[in-house]
Amino acid sequence: MTLTVIQALASHWRAHRLQLATLLIGLALATGLWSAVQAINAEARASYDRAADQLALGQYDELHDPTGPIPLSRYVDLRRAGWQVAAVLDGHLRIDGRALRVLGVDMVAYPALPAVTQLEQSGTPPDPADILTAPGRLLARPELEMLLAGRASLPPVMTSDALPPDLILTDIGVAETLLDRRGEISRLIVLHDQPSAVASLTEIAPELERTAAASQLETAQLTDSFHLNLSAFGLLSFAVGLFIVHGTVGLAFAQRRAMIRTLRALGVSMRRLVWLIMVELSVLAIIGGILGLLLGFFLAGALLPDVAATLRGLYGAPVSGQITLQPQWVLTGLAMALGGTFLASGHALFRLSRMPILSGAGLQAWRSAASGNWVTALAGLAAIAGGVAALLVFGGLIAGFAMVAGLLIGSALVLPYLLARVLIVLQRAARGPVAQWVWSDMRTQLPGLSLALMALLLALAANIGVGTMVSSFRLTFVGWLDQRLTSELYVTAADDQQGQQISEWLTPQVDAVLPIRSVELAHPTGPLFLYGVIDDQTYRQKWPLISSSPGVWDRVMDGAAVLINEQLARRENLWPEDVLAITPTTSMTIAGVYSDYGNPTGQAIVSMAQFDQIAPRAEARRFGVRLAPERATDLAQALRDQFDLPRRAVVQQAAMKAQSMDVFEKTFVVTSALNILTLGVAGFAILTSLLTLWTQRLPQIAPVWALGLTRAKLARLELLRSVLLAALTAIFALPLGLALAWALLAVINVEAFGWRLPMYLFPADWVYLLLLTLCAAVIAAALPAIRLLRLPPADLLRVFANER
Amino acid sequence: MTCEDERNNPLCSNPKCGERNRWCVTSGQLVKLLQILVKMGTHMLLKFDQVQKSYPGGRPVLRDVSLSLDRGQTLALTGESGSGKSTLLNLAAALDTADGGEITLDWTNLSNLDDSGRAALRRTSLSLVFQQFNLIPSLTTGQNLSFHARLAGCHDPDWCAHLADRLGLTDLLDRYPENLSGGQQQRVAIGRAMAAKPKLLLADEPTGNLDETASATVLDLMLSLVADTGAALLLVTHSQEIAARLDRRAHLTGGHIE
Repeated sequence: MTLTVIQALASHWRAHRLQLATLLIGLALATGLWSAVQAINAEARASYDRAADQLALGQYDELHDPTGPIPLSRYVDLRRAGWQVAAVLDGHLRIDGRALRVLGVDMVAYPALPAVTQLEQSGTPPDPADILTAPGRLLARPELEMLLAGRASLPPVMTSDALPPDLILTDIGVAETLLDRRGEISRLIVLHDQPSAVASLTEIAPELERTAAASQLETAQLTDSFHLNLSAFGLLSFAVGLFIVHGTVGLAFAQRRAMIRTLRALGVSMRRLVWLIMVELSVLAIIGGILGLLLGFFLAGALLPDVAATLRGLYGAPVSGQITLQPQWVLTGLAMALGGTFLASGHALFRLSRMPILSGAGLQAWRSAASGNWVTALAGLAAIAGGVAALLVFGGLIAGFAMVAGLLIGSALVLPYLLARVLIVLQRAARGPVAQWVWSDMRTQLPGLSLALMALLLALAANIGVGTMVSSFRLTFVGWLDQRLTSELYVTAADDQQGQQISEWLTPQVDAVLPIRSVELAHPTGPLFLYGVIDDQTYRQKWPLISSSPGVWDRVMDGAAVLINEQLARRENLWPEDVLAITPTTSMTIAGVYSDYGNPTGQAIVSMAQFDQIAPRAEARRFGVRLAPERATDLAQALRDQFDLPRRAVVQQAAMKAQSMDVFEKTFVVTSALNILTLGVAGFAILTSLLTLWTQRLPQIAPVWALGLTRAKLARLELLRSVLLAALTAIFALPLGLALAWALLAVINVEAFGWRLPMYLFPADWVYLLLLTLCAAVIAAALPAIRLLRLPPADLLRVFANER
Repeated sequence: MTCEDERNNPLCSNPKCGERNRWCVTSGQLVKLLQILVKMGTHMLLKFDQVQKSYPGGRPVLRDVSLSLDRGQTLALTGESGSGKSTLLNLAAALDTADGGEITLDWTNLSNLDDSGRAALRRTSLSLVFQQFNLIPSLTTGQNLSFHARLAGCHDPDWCAHLADRLGLTDLLDRYPENLSGGQQQRVAIGRAMAAKPKLLLADEPTGNLDETASATVLDLMLSLVADTGAALLLVTHSQEIAARLDRRAHLTGGHIE
């Protein structure tokens, strides 16, 4: 019996192949976009974990000097006292425009790293002496060999795939030369096996601070917000895809009511039918899920290089640009497809299971659906209120996302009711019979199209919201760059001594030489970068302060106060007149807060005198140079010639800005791509809804045709109807998108990244999006309209002969 | 007499002729005038002449059917299921096209009309009543009632109100079709058809979905309205009883009129 019932159920899909295709495509799109984002996130996280394992990061306690680099002598003191520590020199090197991280470790003392072990166990193990003695060896991934090999200024290269991308591992002695930081140590690793009786740290090196392995800020933590944002977008795309599934399954179930009724009359229990339908849905979900995984895999492969570039640019996170197929990703994707299918089909299945055996076989009447709009709208309002309440009560990033989710889902649920009300008003205002019919007929179409229109609303709102956020961010960022990058030239000397010479050489020739000095301090709130500045009008006039107390610069320059960046201010709720403990012994009043985009860590600025007290050994080899812009190019060349500086040591403002904007644009490549894809999915949802509703349209159209409207006019009206519904949805999407933009700028960004951005409006973008939407609606409605245009009168006449 | 010949005719209306020639007619206008006079002199409204129609598979439905219907006349078309009654009605309504022969409605050869022409004819010259009522579900009773007349551009609110009163729909004008009984829906369909004051009313089993009482009411109303407006009626029915109440009867068997 079961096989017979399955054959009967499957016959529906044979007769409705387009519906089946729609269902599978909807599932594939939903799973594909979600899986792509998950693959990207999983790949990035796997890269972080790999890098941590490959470099033994986060496994050992570390020693730092809050005042600057650790001198070599202190390392010697600790080793002599019996401390089992290993030195690390960490820095960055730019080769042919590519930024590489250089990690110099004491190869003898440092824990055995996988890359070194791999080389030792290879067929041709290197001579340890070659690694430890000049010129030394560089270890890097094979893809860097082309870049590094054969350069006179660099030691020979050995390759290992057990290293993170864009990293050079070498002995600390070689790193000192490469980075030109002789005698400096960034941090000391405290190895696990320490002798029992050694002098305490406070006796040997009281200035050093010990950081427990567990409290070290990991890349994964730093990038959590970024991945959460991606996940949120993936979830939105998934939800939009599920709208297609929900609509298709709902229609399929409604069309099968007669068959179900007959099967039950023939003795098949509803319980058995429900089980078989669930099996049928599972099979379809797995097929759609597999298609989605294939789509997601290729999509992730296309998007990952940009995401990797963003993560490297923003966080210095080591992410490879290649995707690898992971079993748990496949299983999660299939589970999402199954879960999504049952989520989208649950309501229809439940209704079907409750259908009385003698109930009518017709589709849901439009009037009853219209009255159901009330309930849905109320549920939508409740979702919006719930989201807002979550933010007000709990706060935080998750509550922020809950608010955004409530806002989007709630608004989508309210949409059919709003559209129905608008159509009633327009119908009443219509004068001609055709116009009146068009408006009223649009109401009859609403129940069938509402899910697709909800999907369109979400996609449009996401586009407007994210677009407004990105454009506002871009505008703010450009303004901020103008304020922050005020110097016409940025110079990096080889060492402090050369820095001093350059400064003296420049001073009589330029308006101002602004030293750029900084030190990374271990701070209870995470790494704190402390900067020292001299008193100059450049800062007083241009520095992007977002909150300040009176006489802010005078107080900072007097050494009485400190400026902090917005991230630190918001994270720790520190504002002007609060006190910041910079080191355990130095606390200062906060005089102002400045915006600092693209940087996840805390930052503080003090006067140069104050800075010298806190970090006396901090390097002084970087400068900003103020001069007439037209002289910048000549002076840059003169500097290079005079001090034999490499090209990258003297950078002009424009190049710096272009580089910053490049990082900025790359950051939003993935969100823009997901935005467009989501809109595409919504357009497809409209097309599929119109196609699946096609059979229901004939009884509406045929009488009007019989009363004297031509098929050509009816086809035009079908197009117009679709365009009008899309336009109305777009109009509702605008305020929702702006609310979303506000939420992203004022809530999500603040919670995720620690900065709040001003919101700007971009009406031209809205017009463009509206036109795009109308085009999508025309394309989606074109196929049904052409079908109507070419429909033989005999098909229309059947409506009068046999009511469907 | 044309204005070209008689430039000084004081009755010429051609602007070229000047203000004085107000009543001049052109040769084209003269031909139309003659046609109108001929039409007024004849009673024939609908004529089927050797009409043939086959289904897409090639099976013939109508074979050399000839039939005529005069103005104000009522004709019952009877026949077995599948005999071609509805097909003949659809051809008369310009909903479908004949494969052979000639159909003339009000001196217009339907074969010469394109899609737009046939649609215009359906709007202005004839009205339809279907077995399934085929009201527009999204419009109220009142809107359905006036819909065809407004499409045809001949909406007369007083006439619609009169029809609603005659058909007992005055209290139902704000209701939607789904809230009406079958008899009520068919009365709305008849009202919609008659609101446009058609020359020809075509009805396909208009009482087929109604019970006996409702059928009698609907038929009475339809016949009285047809009589009042002077419209011709071509009614397809299975019922000999209904057919007996009409002026003439034609029976279709195997695609032939007997």
